[in-house]
Amino acid sequence: MLKKLVTSVTILALIVGCVSAPAQAAPKKSFKLAWTIYVGWMPWPWAADHGIVKKWADKYGISIDVVQVNDYAESINQYTAGAFDALTITNMDTLAVPAVGGVDSTSIIVGDFSNGNDAVILKDKTKLADIKGLPINLVQYSVSQYLLDRALSTVKLTERDVRVINTSDSDMAAAYQTSDVKAVVTWNPIVQDLLKEPSAHKVFDSSQIPGEIMDLLIVNTATLKENPNFAKALVGIWYETMQAMSGDSEAAKSARTDMAKASGTDLAGFDDQLRTTKLFTTPAEAVTFTDSDALPKTMRLVRDFLFQHQLLGENAKSPDVVGVEFPNETVLGNPKNVKFRFDDTFMKQVRDSKL
Amino acid sequence: MRILNRQPDSVTRLLLPMLPFVLILAAYGFASSARLAVNPDDKLLPNLASLADAVHRFAFMADRRTGDYLMLNDTLASLTRLLSGLAISTLIAGVFGIAIGMIPYLRSLLASVLAAISLIPPLAILPIIFIVAGLGEASKITLIVIGTAPFLLRDLAMRVQELPSEEIIKAQTLGGSTWQIALRVVVPQMLPRLLDAVRLSLGSAWLFLISAEAIAAESGLGYRIFLVRRYFAMDVILPYVAWITFLAFMLDYLLRVVQRSALPWFALGRGR
Repeated sequence: MLKKLVTSVTILALIVGCVSAPAQAAPKKSFKLAWTIYVGWMPWPWAADHGIVKKWADKYGISIDVVQVNDYAESINQYTAGAFDALTITNMDTLAVPAVGGVDSTSIIVGDFSNGNDAVILKDKTKLADIKGLPINLVQYSVSQYLLDRALSTVKLTERDVRVINTSDSDMAAAYQTSDVKAVVTWNPIVQDLLKEPSAHKVFDSSQIPGEIMDLLIVNTATLKENPNFAKALVGIWYETMQAMSGDSEAAKSARTDMAKASGTDLAGFDDQLRTTKLFTTPAEAVTFTDSDALPKTMRLVRDFLFQHQLLGENAKSPDVVGVEFPNETVLGNPKNVKFRFDDTFMKQVRDSKL
Repeated sequence: MRILNRQPDSVTRLLLPMLPFVLILAAYGFASSARLAVNPDDKLLPNLASLADAVHRFAFMADRRTGDYLMLNDTLASLTRLLSGLAISTLIAGVFGIAIGMIPYLRSLLASVLAAISLIPPLAILPIIFIVAGLGEASKITLIVIGTAPFLLRDLAMRVQELPSEEIIKAQTLGGSTWQIALRVVVPQMLPRLLDAVRLSLGSAWLFLISAEAIAAESGLGYRIFLVRRYFAMDVILPYVAWITFLAFMLDYLLRVVQRSALPWFALGRGR
């Protein structure tokens, strides 16, 4: 009995030890990046498969594990819990999850923005104003709901005028087939599929709010400060891959075909999705965007949206609880609680060929 | 003395069951404070105070936007779905299970097809359920029925066949028709066994309920968990999980009480 008790206490202690293992201070040599399937993030697995990741990691004497996570929300949670050092994520989700969860994150690459990839689709109706009173199927608290919010504001409506039904993205296409569904807000490649239906009409998309839904590569800020080489390797990998996949050369087409296959479509489908994605293929473009005045304005809209939906923490008294820092060191929100930083340093180093 | 013969005394018998719970709580508290020491905003293992705060917000405060008590709303929505699904399954099992168990022609006709149907993983045919039953309440209840009815039905049919054939023959020599034997001999003996089977299928009923609510819903315990998971609110998820466990336990307990008080002879026959 006593022996058993000792055994079970030991096992429990071991479990506790694993869960609570604090960050180690020893110099870190190996890093993990998590990615999920999305047109703007497919370059990561391709770079890993084609030796680009290894090449840059070797250059800085580190190793980088590029890990696919099947579920986007789960990848964010895993990153926030500390299982990954870097993550592909949108600007809105960075603020809502890691930043609110006290995990200070730095965006070192602004990869693209959605330029039509996210859309509001009505069934059998053709005008956005017709949306009033309809049930709307979308993934609640995702960029879809943000897009809906922005769309409704253009026709002087609010979320109170519609009924939001949380629907899993993996079931959106099947859900559209049922008669209960009158309107959906979703993203590509689902948008592409739905618009093939004669009843589906796109009444609003993210190209009408350009630059507001961004896809970033974020790195844990503490990890970044101790290991700037990790970030240098990441931007090196990214822009080498951008170069490899852009243009009409056979090599670029073959790279895009690989990425298309890995994301479950073909070259034509992938190029279609790229058309509704403003991909920053050069570091210069990305730096210009990151340094522009539009970025703080966008982040203000995003955090106000999150605050209204109580996503800045249930006890947040104002949208200022979390601080967002921009490259010129101005801070939106609480400067004492900066948890989300846009950093253009590393993209600039590539632009100026200083790696 | 061999350990298999040692009986805990009455005090130990009271305290021993609590020990694992205390250990789990202690382990949780320890791990939580270790993580919170590193990051005070950590979301993975919130401390007991923030768990209590989340319970307070969700159970005892009206939601700022809708004015509803969210946990109450979610619980009612989920229980309605769960109990409707289980009631339909039990009814189907009661009627068809007894008929199939009693009538060889029906058994020969349906037993194989039911065995086949019961092996279809219900979640695999979700898109079909959507198209047939829509996205609303019907599809959620359908999923629970598809998930639990075949098991209940097959179990009951087998229990009917286990009845001693002497009983059936005796009833016939007394002049009973098929209908009378069903009502007077088979049904009374099957009711407690059906309750047993329902208790055993509670676990899968909850599983299918939560899965259904994860897919498309506006309320429900599973809906809330999957919704707040998007922003990693473990302070909400953990109390909800505890609440679901408690509700499931209570349902199981209630069914046992019903069985014991309405059909006491069955519990007696089991020796307790």
